[in-house]
Amino acid sequence: MISVRGLQKRYRVHKRAPGLKAAALSLFQRQYTEVAAVDGVSFEIEAGERVGFLGPNGAGKTTTLKILSGLLHPSAGKVSVDGHEPRRRENAFLEKIMLVLGQKQQLLWDLPPSETFELNRAIYRVPRAQYERTLDELVELLEIRDLVGRPTRQLSLGERMKCELACALVHHPKVLFLDEPTIGLDVSMQMTMRRFIKNYNERYGATLILTSHYMDDVAALCPRVIVIDKGRISFDGKLEDLVRRVRPDKRVVLRLGGPVDIHALKSIGAVIRHAEGEAVLQVKPGDVSRSVAHALSVLPVRDLTVEDAPLEEVMRELFEQNRAASAGSEPSA
Amino acid sequence: MSVRSTVHALPTLLRVGFAGAVAYRAEMFVWALATTMPLIMLALWLAVAREAPMGRLGKPELIAYFLATFVVRQLTASWVCWNINSEVRDGTLAMRLLRPVHPLVAYAAENIAAIPVRGLVSLPIAIAALLLVGTGPLTRDPALWIVWAISMLGAWLVTLFTNFAIGCLSLFLESSIKLMDVWFSLFLVFSGYLIPIELFPPGMRAVGDWLPFRYQMGLPVELMTGAHDRAAAFALLGRQWLVVAVLGGVVAFVWRRGLGRFAAYGG
Repeated sequence: MISVRGLQKRYRVHKRAPGLKAAALSLFQRQYTEVAAVDGVSFEIEAGERVGFLGPNGAGKTTTLKILSGLLHPSAGKVSVDGHEPRRRENAFLEKIMLVLGQKQQLLWDLPPSETFELNRAIYRVPRAQYERTLDELVELLEIRDLVGRPTRQLSLGERMKCELACALVHHPKVLFLDEPTIGLDVSMQMTMRRFIKNYNERYGATLILTSHYMDDVAALCPRVIVIDKGRISFDGKLEDLVRRVRPDKRVVLRLGGPVDIHALKSIGAVIRHAEGEAVLQVKPGDVSRSVAHALSVLPVRDLTVEDAPLEEVMRELFEQNRAASAGSEPSA
Repeated sequence: MSVRSTVHALPTLLRVGFAGAVAYRAEMFVWALATTMPLIMLALWLAVAREAPMGRLGKPELIAYFLATFVVRQLTASWVCWNINSEVRDGTLAMRLLRPVHPLVAYAAENIAAIPVRGLVSLPIAIAALLLVGTGPLTRDPALWIVWAISMLGAWLVTLFTNFAIGCLSLFLESSIKLMDVWFSLFLVFSGYLIPIELFPPGMRAVGDWLPFRYQMGLPVELMTGAHDRAAAFALLGRQWLVVAVLGGVVAFVWRRGLGRFAAYGG
């Protein structure tokens, strides 16, 4: 469905020091540097997959999504989305895809979202009956019935995002690029959106690429993740494999029926958190059974769960490892 | 661009464009009023005409000319250059590019959709003027009215294409508003907006004939006010559509080249 080979995107960026003198000098002599936003990225995505793009700010995630949706022309490399070269922006391609940018809107600012829905219905030639059925469902699932008649400019960020998603799906795109789709949403609405997106993918077999800074989005939606850092892929595989590779240790979360001695906890594993009635311990994967058995025998345990390390921590560690590796490979001055 | 998508979407684009135009009623009304420069020029030229005759232009002809100028300006206005500049700078052009309808068509529909609102300002003035000076200075040749209608479409296309082409230069230059200002300054001089072309010295008039500005404004006004016989009208109309064709080519070239430079900022 999606094939990316050796993708590069380079920008020429004007560089100038602050201050009046530098401003005046820049009138006559400009200095430019070339920035590689995406630097040799390759991957394949099958039809119907849900893939999460992860990476720190400026890693190249959104740039890649914009290239895949035909907004940006790559500097080098080959990109194919369902047989189309995105940069050509063929009609057949544009009718298959949609990009939802959390920081940008396609909703008409001064008009109610219902007007943009109607506009998309006309542009994508969605039959009236199908449109009404789809819209009714979207409005119900996203809980936006009261919002679609209000001018977009009067909606909150979260309300707008829900309407944006509805607007993007009016024509049932086969490929959905989501850039921070849950930005500005409260926790309950984030969960609704995740459920909704997953349901859309399963029901229509749509291919989905998601970027989000909320790791819960990625954990809930994407069996596969592609980690991009400094324009390069540093991991491509299953989410659990990423966790296992970066932070293999397990978390044993204990709900306790009474006070416990810290030394008793330390005898089981590394103490991550210890508060009244709760303790979180970190243990080696091979020691889980032994540690759990030991905890149950010596502590007043009311409840116990074994979890992976939180994804946020895994990502932080991965980026630190990458930074350390690239610092080590750079020649010293 | 998909012709099917475009044709299918056009009525909705126009309806939504109209809804957008009336969303800020006061702003649109004030803006339409702000284009009353021809009425100011009319007062000025009437004062000049009292001192000395100016070719065929007496008081009724001057009134007809500048009111026609006002109406033509209202009906052929375009502000696409400002839209593109702002959308390139903040990256919102991206959202237009995702749709299978050429942005030029979407912008054009927005401009056309605002015409009824602008008509609310221009029509009462035109009707009042007709009652005041009568239809004497207007052409009575039905063929020339047909030529006029075609020239209005041509004038609007010249204005739209110019706006779009200069707007697209922001893809190369970050901002092209100042270039539009330069264009507008030349438009004020060479289009007949402030000074009827027939009052130009012959040398300047010859230059103006080969510039696009006259075909944005002067030609339809001259046709309305009977400045040309049929042969001259057809020749000028041909020249206007040549300008439309050339500008269409420029638009296609600049757009294609500019898209490759679009940075889709933000998000």
